[in-house]
Amino acid sequence: MINPGHGRGPDSGTNSDPFPAGLRVLVVDDDPTCLMILERMLMTCLYRVTKCNRAELALSLLRKNKHGFDIVISDVHMPDMDGFKLLEHVGLEMDLPVIMMSADDSKSVVLKGVTHGAVDYLIKPVRIEALKNIWQHVVRKKRNEWNVSEHSGGSIEDTGGDRDMQQPREDADNNSSSVNEGNWRSSSSRKRKEGEVDDQGDDKEDTSSLKKPRVVWSVELHQQFVAAVNQLGVDKAVPKKILEMMNVPGLTRENVASHLQKYRIYLRRLGGVSQHQGNMNHSFMTGQDPSFGPLSSLNGFDLQALAVVGQLPAQSLAQLQAAGLGRSSLIKPGMSGSPLVDQRSIFNFENPKIRFGDGHGQTINNGNKQMSLLHGVPTGMEPKQFAGSSHMRVQQQMAGMRPGQNVQSSGMMLPLADHLPRGGTSMLSSLGQQQPMFSTSVSRRSDLTGAVRNGIPETNNRVVPATHSVFNNFPADLPHNNFPLASAPGISIPVSASYQEEVNSSDAKGGSSAATAGFGNPSYDIFNDFPQQQQHNSKLNDWDMRNIGLVYSHQDTAAASAGFSTSEAYSSSSMQRKRRETDATVVTAHGQNQQPLSRSLNHLNHVFMDGGSVRVKSERVAETVTCPPATTLFHEQYHQEDLMSALLKQEGIPSADNEFDFDGYSIDNIPV
Amino acid sequence: MDLVQMQKSLQDYTKSLFLEGILDSQFLQLQQLQDESNPDFVSQVVTLFFQDSDRILNDLSLSLGQQVVDFKKVDPHVHQLKGSSSSIGAQRVKNACVVFRNFCEQQNVEACHRCLQQVKQEYYLVRNRLETLFKLEQQIVASGGMIPAVELGF
Repeated sequence: MINPGHGRGPDSGTNSDPFPAGLRVLVVDDDPTCLMILERMLMTCLYRVTKCNRAELALSLLRKNKHGFDIVISDVHMPDMDGFKLLEHVGLEMDLPVIMMSADDSKSVVLKGVTHGAVDYLIKPVRIEALKNIWQHVVRKKRNEWNVSEHSGGSIEDTGGDRDMQQPREDADNNSSSVNEGNWRSSSSRKRKEGEVDDQGDDKEDTSSLKKPRVVWSVELHQQFVAAVNQLGVDKAVPKKILEMMNVPGLTRENVASHLQKYRIYLRRLGGVSQHQGNMNHSFMTGQDPSFGPLSSLNGFDLQALAVVGQLPAQSLAQLQAAGLGRSSLIKPGMSGSPLVDQRSIFNFENPKIRFGDGHGQTINNGNKQMSLLHGVPTGMEPKQFAGSSHMRVQQQMAGMRPGQNVQSSGMMLPLADHLPRGGTSMLSSLGQQQPMFSTSVSRRSDLTGAVRNGIPETNNRVVPATHSVFNNFPADLPHNNFPLASAPGISIPVSASYQEEVNSSDAKGGSSAATAGFGNPSYDIFNDFPQQQQHNSKLNDWDMRNIGLVYSHQDTAAASAGFSTSEAYSSSSMQRKRRETDATVVTAHGQNQQPLSRSLNHLNHVFMDGGSVRVKSERVAETVTCPPATTLFHEQYHQEDLMSALLKQEGIPSADNEFDFDGYSIDNIPV
Repeated sequence: MDLVQMQKSLQDYTKSLFLEGILDSQFLQLQQLQDESNPDFVSQVVTLFFQDSDRILNDLSLSLGQQVVDFKKVDPHVHQLKGSSSSIGAQRVKNACVVFRNFCEQQNVEACHRCLQQVKQEYYLVRNRLETLFKLEQQIVASGGMIPAVELGF
């Protein structure tokens, strides 16, 4: 029952009911009981409610009625469409604020809400008090958009539209439940400065009128937009240029700017790659067939990032990786470890990583083999053979990689990745190049599987077969993971990036900042998630990668905070340098054994240079450290900590764990 | 029983449900949503809950009764039941669902069967109590009285 008297619109200002009465809310929930209660509550708040029990129906309602709603409230778990998917669609197509809700209050899900751009997340049972203030999200969004339009001169990035620079913005995004927080802050100050709108109710009405008519981003329009962005390069894409390239009459720079913002959030969510991975994204987007060499590294990263983010199902990740890396190598699931062995430093990487994961896998993955390390790594490898060979390989790889091979990145990633099962993935991706490696790694460990699985939500950590399948899937799924890859790199890259000097074109610094920017507080977010995963093996996979990414990001603050920029950051040159920095940073972040950690990290770096010995170490550390399940290590806020702590511990444990002293790895055969 | 007595009985009865933990404060929220323009809101919602839950419990019995239990199907049902029971304030049902979900995650079929039984038990209990509550209310209304506001005093 809609109260005709309460409506937003020209007469609402005169209406005795001040805004937010009449707010047009669309509530979507497949649970009829909840839906009825919500409807009643919203009506009690004097909102105009439309209820819907199916996401598809809600979307079509929204599409038909472009400007018919002010805000959407949606449940997370729905049978016909995932709530997050709906959230994405609404964000991109209609640009409406969306509030997610669920009986599920696990951090990972809440985080997902944040990364997908939800303006808030309500835990069921929802109380009416929580609904009374939802209008704030509508106002905030309007103000932000308004601000964006204000800056006609500069590009969004420059002025930050409402976002103070990408970094802060991204930070804000990550920090607050409201994506627009950062923007809001800057925009509000800007507004005040300009003597704009005051926050009175009046303003609210005004903002509607001030706001340009909402542009509906149809699929086609969005494709054009994406094409333009890709062409320009995600980081370099500026609304003005995008607008020119799109050449759509009636589209304003402001429209593009706000859409770009959302798009960036989306990409960030996917893996944070997009922003900085201009190159990478580009390559990915363009079809997963990036130049093998450089791309591979990227791909590796991307994939990893993706995997890390968990956005990209392990399978797709694998696929992507395969695609990126030059498929040829990747797709050899059948490869047995042997071929890989020789060059597979990457694999070595992986193995150690895997082990690592296993070791402390608990923390990350419950010690499952699943470590995501080898996410996407072809399962061709047999774990056993890997153990020994991988080490060697890794080392080799490391050494080899350095020169600027893609593999390197993977190698690099490994060490870091070690900690995170997911890391494996990235490594894998890099490895992708070297097929043999992948397969080896894959088979080698269930961990890998886990790694691969990053993308794929795995319920069991140990999914040995998974890796295999993942790889097998490479070829198949690659194509559509363009985006994910983009994002992936961000995440995975951190690991590899560091190692991979040449990996990406993007400047390490830039990358990192980008990454950081993108993620806002990615580490936190991801890490939080991580603990969750710890508890549930299955979830680990997703996080592992993420964690890895995050870890790196922290380490290399400059380099890249979570996801996307990591790779970039790393890719640049100062890899080693960065690593050290990162290490230091990470250490700091962790606070666990800061010192040791840095040392260990450095050591790691060093090792890498040498060829993987470091890795082993780190792995070891991880193992030692993380042994206890759900360890504090990983449950720290920042994953980095986990990794770091693991590393630190490693360092701190002067024990014999020498680099090659993995629990699971037989280092013997590793030729150092 | 005169009207006042009936009203008192209703109040005591309602209080007991809260004290026993069968209902929680969310139920109060529902009651607050009921007013003259929506005099039957609570009973409508609760009836809807019963219908939906019957369906879910049925599906759950079927799913768990399979040779090979597909937990991917079981879990969403339990999740939904958890959500709806918490929304109407059926605390014990919700708690039983939480336990149930844990075992689902562990894929422990045996335990899940037990959990289902537990959930059913709690559900029948709350259903029974609420039905009694509504009957009391109806009697009061039929006698021309008003349903007293719930004062829980806690």
